[in-house]
Amino acid sequence: MKYEVVIGLEIHVQLKTKTKMFSAAPYNYGAEPNTLTDPVVLGLPGTLPVLNYTAIEKCAELGLMLGCKIADVCKWDRKNYFYPDSPKNYQLTQNEQPLCVGGSIEIEMPGASRNIEGAHRWVELNRIHLEEDPGKLTHTAFDSLIDFNRAGVPLAEIVTEPNLYSSSEAVAFLNALRNLIIFSGISDCDMEKGQMRCDANVSLRPKGLETLGTRTEMKNLNSISNVKSAIEYEMKRQAEILDSGDKVIQETRRWDAAKNISLSLRSKEEAHDYRYFPDPDLMPVVMDKARIEVLNQMLPERPFDRQRRYQKDYDLPYTITSVLCANHQLSDFFEETLGLYNAPKAIANYLVNDLLRELASNSEQGASALSLSETKLKPQSIAELVEVVESGLISKQIAKEVFVEMFASGALPKSIIESKGLSQSNDSSEIEALCLEAIANNPKAVGQFKDGNIKAINALKGPVMKATQGKANPAILDELLQKLIESGE
Amino acid sequence: MSDLFYSNISELQAGLNNKTFTAVDLMQSVIERTEAVESEVNAFISRDIEDALKQAEASDKRRLAGASLGALDGIPVGIKDIMAVKGQPLRCASKMLESFVAPYDATCIEHLKASGAVIWGRLNMDEFAMGSSTENSAFSQTANPWNLDCIPGGSSGGSAASVAAGQTIVSIGTDTGGSIRQPAALCGVVGMKPTYGLASRYGLVAFASSLDQVGPFARTVKDAAILLESLVGYDPKDSTSLNRPKENYSKALEQPLRKLKLGVPSEFFGDGVDPEVKAAVEKAIDWYRSEGHTIVEISLPHSELCVPVYYIIATAEASSNLARFDGVRYSHRSSDAGNINELFNKSRGEGFGEEVKRRIILGTYVLSSGYYDAYYLRAQKVRSLIRNDFDQAFEQVDAILTPTTPTPAFKKGEKSDDPLSMYLSDIYTISVNLAGLPALSLPVGMTQEQLPIGMQIIGKAFGEADILSVAHAFESNHEFKDLRPNLDNSKQ
Amino acid sequence: MSEKTEIDINYVAELARIELSETDKEKLSGQLKDILVYFEKLNQVDVTGIEPMAHAHKVQNIWREGDQAGPVFSQSVLNKMAPESRDNQVVVPKVVE
Repeated sequence: MKYEVVIGLEIHVQLKTKTKMFSAAPYNYGAEPNTLTDPVVLGLPGTLPVLNYTAIEKCAELGLMLGCKIADVCKWDRKNYFYPDSPKNYQLTQNEQPLCVGGSIEIEMPGASRNIEGAHRWVELNRIHLEEDPGKLTHTAFDSLIDFNRAGVPLAEIVTEPNLYSSSEAVAFLNALRNLIIFSGISDCDMEKGQMRCDANVSLRPKGLETLGTRTEMKNLNSISNVKSAIEYEMKRQAEILDSGDKVIQETRRWDAAKNISLSLRSKEEAHDYRYFPDPDLMPVVMDKARIEVLNQMLPERPFDRQRRYQKDYDLPYTITSVLCANHQLSDFFEETLGLYNAPKAIANYLVNDLLRELASNSEQGASALSLSETKLKPQSIAELVEVVESGLISKQIAKEVFVEMFASGALPKSIIESKGLSQSNDSSEIEALCLEAIANNPKAVGQFKDGNIKAINALKGPVMKATQGKANPAILDELLQKLIESGE
Repeated sequence: MSDLFYSNISELQAGLNNKTFTAVDLMQSVIERTEAVESEVNAFISRDIEDALKQAEASDKRRLAGASLGALDGIPVGIKDIMAVKGQPLRCASKMLESFVAPYDATCIEHLKASGAVIWGRLNMDEFAMGSSTENSAFSQTANPWNLDCIPGGSSGGSAASVAAGQTIVSIGTDTGGSIRQPAALCGVVGMKPTYGLASRYGLVAFASSLDQVGPFARTVKDAAILLESLVGYDPKDSTSLNRPKENYSKALEQPLRKLKLGVPSEFFGDGVDPEVKAAVEKAIDWYRSEGHTIVEISLPHSELCVPVYYIIATAEASSNLARFDGVRYSHRSSDAGNINELFNKSRGEGFGEEVKRRIILGTYVLSSGYYDAYYLRAQKVRSLIRNDFDQAFEQVDAILTPTTPTPAFKKGEKSDDPLSMYLSDIYTISVNLAGLPALSLPVGMTQEQLPIGMQIIGKAFGEADILSVAHAFESNHEFKDLRPNLDNSKQ
Repeated sequence: MSEKTEIDINYVAELARIELSETDKEKLSGQLKDILVYFEKLNQVDVTGIEPMAHAHKVQNIWREGDQAGPVFSQSVLNKMAPESRDNQVVVPKVVE
């Protein structure tokens, strides 16, 4: 039988606050185990939670970015379950009233090829609520170790409606969501650092049928490619079950990325009785409507809006905008450079080609690719480089050399050009002598040029360029050679 | 100097200021008294004598330097074993926390330290404050100083007994459903639960978060007022604490009591009350009438629903609050656990006593899938009705007078196997917690068998000064504050 | 509520993660049944339209402003209180997911 897959995703995103959701203990990824704890984080007897207002505001901002309705009141419930990484053995979460309701996000499906823009569609969201992250378990061969640094970090849980219909749609959704959140500055969404995590609910139904089939919940999907593989594995597994006439069991399954299989988590099934009740330690927060309106007015530009603006206002091609707008730092860098020197196409080219190549070449040396903020490059560097090329001070050829140098040293183009003597030579008497020498040495090329082969002139330019170490201005050189050949007739 | 331990705070401050004795002398006197009677009373779970003397020494140095911190400076304050004191054991009378040492101070303890009080001992209680007799302690059985065969009440039994027995000057306890007022009544001392939110709960090991409050025990109303002043205050670490201007409760007692309307709810004087208790409380009410106050018969019609509402809300919250005692980070860990679930189940099975298990099971049940609306939600709605009863009553009256307990102290073991009848001994106190109001228990009589009788004075929200004044007026005209249990004789 | 006064003690004990002996279970079941019957008093009262009361006072908007980091514990605090620790982490029997 032909099946249609229906996918709903639950995405946990760590909000980028300096301190935890319910205490002033700081958080930063990669700290030594159990160095970011305090009495509240460890759930010591007698301790009480106090809300971090910044986390509420960041979550509301995320909701506004995604077009959600912000709840009138922010309330908290206890979700009771025992797990060794959970210091209180209940999680403070928002069961009854999520902070953000509804909403949707624009996604782009893959195009026919990498260079072609794919179709856009909107994916509906169900809710976004706030909760606290548990600690982190590390399993050894014979026991498990607990680090509570992560415990209490504010998490936004984004729940979609079940309206994704292929694994590639799920991937497109996650890419769009991740990019939008990074653009908003609410989280860095680094999946390797656990800043973004995903669970997927997957079910199949016979094509054409409206009712949903029995779903399974896939846990532990800690990369976008894992999400894709896990969904595809589950589609195949469920199709086989249905084809054989059996029924899919509603269960939680854990994705094993190493073995590329999912396994049933029966242990988690036995007690889904979370005994939710309103937390008596926290008071409701009435959301300030005026403040929400201000936040709404100040929202950063969404990535796809920015992409459309670049295409329309700067006439940049999809191949460029799709790269620029998939990288928040790069896109902001572009805007800043553009503010210094108004040449969008040239600037975009340097960023998308030269800069990304230099950043990537760092990763070839075994390290991970540099991010823009780790380089010494400033918007001023690129603005000045485009300016000196356009004014004819250096050639595009030389500019590439200058780029590599300024990437390495952080020096500005003009000082590099000066210290290395790279400015184009316009000393016409010296060049004229060299041109005449080239004409004399290459009668064959001269002949070909005269016969109409314009490209033959390149054979004459080569030796002049070599003699001037590339500093001859190619445009002037072209003109001069033509004039000399014509006058030599 | 021999009876310093039975003096009140004003007398002690006068003596300290006049250099008649030092804070160290006072502490020594309290320590000697404690050692003399502790084998009979068993009020303490642990005490750090060296630490207490060091604090007293520091107080003497302050006073000598002219930098005394006020009325509590140098005064020993006993602490219920449920409040975190940095560097001291915090056991909650439970095996679960047998080896736990608090790495931080409760906010109330910070306040006491800032007042110069000498933090003295860890007082016995019902395990995790669950009980009405202090028989649910994993460590020892506290006796009622008035009759060693009787219970002192609970859960703050050690706090009440130590004050009655002269083992401390004052003490603090916690009150979730009567845990300060009931033992105060049974031990013949003053015990007060302030308005919910007035004192910080940070560092109070939570039993039922929406009901728990810290409060003072003392032998006089004025001592209770002085201690209360130090305890209360807004705390940003407790989101349920209230930001209100501080009041000078002890000063308010100096004013003559204005003529008040005092409510007497008929529901509290029915069949369940012991005749001696009823007679003593009615006699006290008559005294107020004779002093020119107006006595108004009122009704709190939902009173009989308080016990079920309380035991649903309190056990539900407790089942969640006590989940953190799991054998993982700091509490008792079973040596017999092969996997993580066994670690949870066995550590909690071994660490918790019977009553705590009973309440956790009950609380878990009422929150479990399918029962939430019928129990917890319904109880919260009836809680609104109970609160409305009080709101209506306080439109007519300034304070409400009731017996604190239906009976005087009962014998040890009498109700141990009948949890329901034990729960019913809180019947007069728990409505006050449900409504979040302030109330105190004042000694107003003795039974023929020389057991104390307490009267409860309930106030409007933030009416602490009023109810202290009402209590102070009675106390000043009666001899009950000067009665002492016969512990010395029983020793000789 | 009357038809529900029978507690599935095994299920609830498992939810509460408390190991009980068979005698405990039997004793508890009986006591809890009495208590639940007593709770039926609550059915006497009509609560339609009554707001549930979660807090004694209607306090709102209590939070921590500024997102400024406060003090943290040194690793030794947890190491000292934990029943078992290694490499500054708390050790538990292997958790099988």
